[in-house]
Amino acid sequence: MNRIISKRQLSAEVFELEVEAPLIARERRAGQFVVLQLGDDFDERIPLTIADADPDKGTITMIVQAVGESTHRLVRLEEGDSIANLLGPLGSPTDVHRYGKVVVVGGGIGVAPAFPIAQAMKKAGNQVRVIMGARTRDLLIFEERMRGVDADAIVVTDDGSYGRKGLVTEPLDELCRDWKPDCVVAIGPAVMMKFCALTTKKYGIHTLVSLNTIMIDGTGMCGGCRVVVDGRMRFVCVEGPEFDGHLVDWDNLLARQSTFREYEKAHHHKCHIDMMIEEGRA
Amino acid sequence: MNAQAMNEDARRVLESLPADLGAKDRMAIPVTPMPSQEPGVRCHNMHEVALGYGEDQAVLEATRCLQCRNHPCVAMCPVSIDIPRFVGFVAQRRFREALDVIQESSLLPAICGRVCPQENQCQRNCTVGKARGSVDEAVAIGRIERFVADWARKNGIVPLPPIAPDSGKKVAVVGSGPASIAAAADLRREGHDVYMFEALHRTGGVLVYGIPEFRLPKALVESEIEKLRSMGVHIETNYLVGRTRTIRELMEEDGFDAIFIGTGAGLPRFMGIPGENLVGVFSANEYLTRSNLMKAYDEEGSRTPIYRARRVAVFGGGNVAMDASRTALRLGAENVTIIYRRTREEMPARREEVEHAHEEGVEFMMLSQPVEIVGDENGRVSGVVVRSCELGEPDQSGRRRPVEIEGSDHLVPFDCVIVAIGNSSNPLIKMTTPGIEVNGKGNFIVDEETGETSIKGVYAGGDIVLGAATVILAMGQGRKAAAAMNRYLAAR
Repeated sequence: MNRIISKRQLSAEVFELEVEAPLIARERRAGQFVVLQLGDDFDERIPLTIADADPDKGTITMIVQAVGESTHRLVRLEEGDSIANLLGPLGSPTDVHRYGKVVVVGGGIGVAPAFPIAQAMKKAGNQVRVIMGARTRDLLIFEERMRGVDADAIVVTDDGSYGRKGLVTEPLDELCRDWKPDCVVAIGPAVMMKFCALTTKKYGIHTLVSLNTIMIDGTGMCGGCRVVVDGRMRFVCVEGPEFDGHLVDWDNLLARQSTFREYEKAHHHKCHIDMMIEEGRA
Repeated sequence: MNAQAMNEDARRVLESLPADLGAKDRMAIPVTPMPSQEPGVRCHNMHEVALGYGEDQAVLEATRCLQCRNHPCVAMCPVSIDIPRFVGFVAQRRFREALDVIQESSLLPAICGRVCPQENQCQRNCTVGKARGSVDEAVAIGRIERFVADWARKNGIVPLPPIAPDSGKKVAVVGSGPASIAAAADLRREGHDVYMFEALHRTGGVLVYGIPEFRLPKALVESEIEKLRSMGVHIETNYLVGRTRTIRELMEEDGFDAIFIGTGAGLPRFMGIPGENLVGVFSANEYLTRSNLMKAYDEEGSRTPIYRARRVAVFGGGNVAMDASRTALRLGAENVTIIYRRTREEMPARREEVEHAHEEGVEFMMLSQPVEIVGDENGRVSGVVVRSCELGEPDQSGRRRPVEIEGSDHLVPFDCVIVAIGNSSNPLIKMTTPGIEVNGKGNFIVDEETGETSIKGVYAGGDIVLGAATVILAMGQGRKAAAAMNRYLAAR
């Protein structure tokens, strides 16, 4: 179960994993995610978005950025290895219907989950424009796939090493002003989504964001994923992950994401050293 | 006093008893105390607090039973265990027979002996307790039950019920907590092909994620699940019914003839006061899951973080509040305070749990209602604004209603808050199953006699029906529904 069929490195720290998961592949819709856990009880459970699925082959594709200890260990697995526990598909699927004109914004590895949504939006009869951003050229992923949805996809990098130099909010502002979309979907780091929502708010354009929060079970039991939307407490795992970006309390979300930062820093450092020892580099 | 010395004491008492014991002699024997870890020691470890009776203690305690004719204990047991009969066998040191009697009615004596609220059930109307003037003086049925179960485990006795020949029917059991365990076993006994679906990576439901190791060792839960496996129940983990497959798909596409839903009350409730989303505020579910299921208490081994805090406030007065506060102490908090709006008398927690928490150093801030959680400039908890209360007239529950005192608000410094005020039913199956009827609280509406929901062939039991209740009540519901399902399947 959950065998890794293929593994590809997309950039310095981003990997694409295709994993055998026939039940999840069959049920999954754009916008949903999985919770995975590498080994036994002592391993962390982490949520990851599903970037693609092949129901015939019975596989799902996940894009993983090695940022914490668990993701580092995950990307060190090889083809043929198995992921001990994989639960999904979780969350409510994206509300895909015919809006008219849709802008899909993806930032960092957020481009991966944005891709199936862009695809689904186009299939539903929408005109779709894509904006994709990365810190630098080496970290840009899924460009070809996104160009399959929008041949004129706009690429921006923070350092100007590829495409336009700047942030995704600049071309988003221009499209809002000139192209006048009916809906914007933004997926990426919380800060990016916050500023995308602020940008579209000026134009009063409906904006969906996909929130990635702290989560344990992914079924509504722990409440760790709670966010404030329109003044109400909501659970990302069951009621989300997508919410109206104009109604999300972003500052609270950003603060809550930092709950275990001290622990993560300390632990990450320790695990890096352990890995270097294992690999004979230290 | 250590456990061995206590058992030797019990042996001496037994040896001093006359051969022909009359009711008066039996009633003169005081309750046999339960050996437990010293409070100052146990608050630094996760090992079980109550150590369990030794053989002589169990026999002595069982000797207190009068074998009275009206046996009020049986009437109060949600699964109607023949208590006088098994206690009688223990008094004669016939432990194997005692085990068989319990197993006729209950699959989980090692668990129920530990976590049942016996003082409100079997022990409540015990004749001995009544005669001695206090429920605390009742025969300690739960402790004897636990002894029998532990004795069986220690001696490698795993009695498996006989399984009827293959019925050709396929049944799904959703969830793997106490209601589902009981239902799965009874359904399997009838020869049905039983599939148990669990969303987490480990089975046992609240028994593994909620109740801490120091109250219920996880190895016990695992061995109960192992029994189901040996009986031939298929157990699928990482399978969330409602998402991985819906109820309708299981029935219409996957060929299940009937389904039992025992998904529990797994949606944490919050107070609805300002500051509840600050960093450092956790539901008891999250806090306990991190510690119990994900083993975050094992700092070296676990990769799941837990919030380290010096001053922890716990909101609520139930067993979960006691579990959370005692866990926080064990994780190194310097000060843990339970904030509850009534007094210790009205607390819904078992008295034994409250006493254990108190002995370990948990503080109780009674007649206090949290009205706001305050944070620092980084959005982290720095204190709780508490409003004092006084007790007014009794409310519907019969407990005196707390009345807030205007102008009594005061700020108490804390750096972590755990909200333990209960759970609502999980909405997922309701959301994904058109036609299933629920009440205003989101609990499934079922036929009281059979546990059948508004969908034919779909049954439910446990906290998803009752709202948050107890392990044994959930088990009782699982058994009742399974009996109805067995009749339904036989008729098809």
